Amino acid sequence: MAKHVVATVDEIPPGERKIVELEGRSLGVFNIDGEFYALRNSCPHQGGPLCKGRLTGFLESDAPGEYRYTRKGEVLRCVWHGWEFDIKTGQSWWNPERMRVKSYKVDVEDGATVTSGLEKGPYTAETYRVTIEQQYVVVEIA
Amino acid sequence: MKRTREKVPVIDSDIHNNLPSGDALAPYLSDRWRKHHETIGGRGHSGGSYPRAMPNAARHDSWPPSGLPPGADLPFMQEQLLDAWDIEYGILNPLMGAGGQLNLEYGAALARALNDWQIEEWVKPEPRLRASVVVPYEDGELAAQEIDRRGGDSGFVQVLLIARTAEPLGRRKYWKMYEAAVRNDLPIGIHFGGSGGYPISGAGWPSYYIEDHGGMPQAFQAQVISLVCEGVFEHFPTLKFALIEGGFAWLPPLMWRLDQSWKKLREEVPDLKRLPSEYIREHFWLSSQPVEEPPKREYFDLLLEQLNAREKLMFATDYPHWDFDAPDRALPTNLAPDVRRRIMADNARELYRL
Repeated sequence: MAKHVVATVDEIPPGERKIVELEGRSLGVFNIDGEFYALRNSCPHQGGPLCKGRLTGFLESDAPGEYRYTRKGEVLRCVWHGWEFDIKTGQSWWNPERMRVKSYKVDVEDGATVTSGLEKGPYTAETYRVTIEQQYVVVEIA
Repeated sequence: MKRTREKVPVIDSDIHNNLPSGDALAPYLSDRWRKHHETIGGRGHSGGSYPRAMPNAARHDSWPPSGLPPGADLPFMQEQLLDAWDIEYGILNPLMGAGGQLNLEYGAALARALNDWQIEEWVKPEPRLRASVVVPYEDGELAAQEIDRRGGDSGFVQVLLIARTAEPLGRRKYWKMYEAAVRNDLPIGIHFGGSGGYPISGAGWPSYYIEDHGGMPQAFQAQVISLVCEGVFEHFPTLKFALIEGGFAWLPPLMWRLDQSWKKLREEVPDLKRLPSEYIREHFWLSSQPVEEPPKREYFDLLLEQLNAREKLMFATDYPHWDFDAPDRALPTNLAPDVRRRIMADNARELYRL
């Protein structure tokens, strides 16, 4: 298990994302209303760069002519075939039990604590020193 | 999850290059048709194109940084498709509606311009690419003229039609085009789409694009049935067709049904000397994308066997369109190596003589 600092909190505002490389894999780190989530940037369908996809919501219907658009901004659609994934769990919409994309634990930590016990990420020690009052987004690779 | 991938050559039998702008064809049009192109423009049958959820029907990541439309930027296509997947050859199928023009002479002028543009701006600068002869297919003679004009150029490997024509393709109005294809030794590709002036399903106008996308085999089935039953292959025994982006899982049961019908009804079509399935197996190739995804792996194996996929199925990406198939992920991983090799490259290599 290794923790990686991937960004400052300011760097990924709500609704935005950052694509990062960690331990040889590409991940997308997303900010949904102040909460951070990380998913593998590879669609389980055909390997498309999932995390470059659009953030949408779920369009649901119980009867013809009745529509609900819910969970706006929490559904990631793959750039290739438009498969929909719940960004908070990595589960696909059409087969949540069997078809999911790997998701990772994400924490926000203060600059004062973030420098201890972490794998080296894209931020250098110098950066920590000069911005030690910042909060950082930390992804844990299990 | 470890996935071992044997490296096999890849030939992509369906790539869509696009015009960078509306006036990109101007240098390739005569004065007379450039004026028409600029002041009047195109007119085909409407209704065949349903709105897609994806702009330009393209992968969201296929919009080039240059700002050009997907498929219009050759260096970006080289980077994102040809280099990324190490594609040995790619077949260009430009879809600009030349064949569906109601003004047939304008359609012929557009086809000429598109063909010259393909060679100058795509095939000459990128030797991995090959072009398709775009033709005004609703007029057999005009189409034949264009095949004769460009068919001798080794940059062209097939004649390109769109699936929804004004009449079933076995009808005699199209035969001059077939004569020219045979004369120039070119197969004919029939690609997804088109507006022939009729509802796009066999039961009228549907509501949704998903019905268009999922129901497209109807048009392909109608064309296969017509080409066989009108005796086209008795008259043109060397003519070959590639069915592009029309699916393939539907073909075996169609062969069974036609054979069964022929045994009872063959007096009506005395030109047919053999079982319909024999003509189909001999004269039709199919492109793979979008690969149908049966719920059980064994169904897919059976399908490949019933289809004679080892000889007739050709891999395609459909780049840059949204239902793109990735070369290393579209087919099941445990396909026999020789079958994979033939589907990924060798069937297209033989049909298109690459």
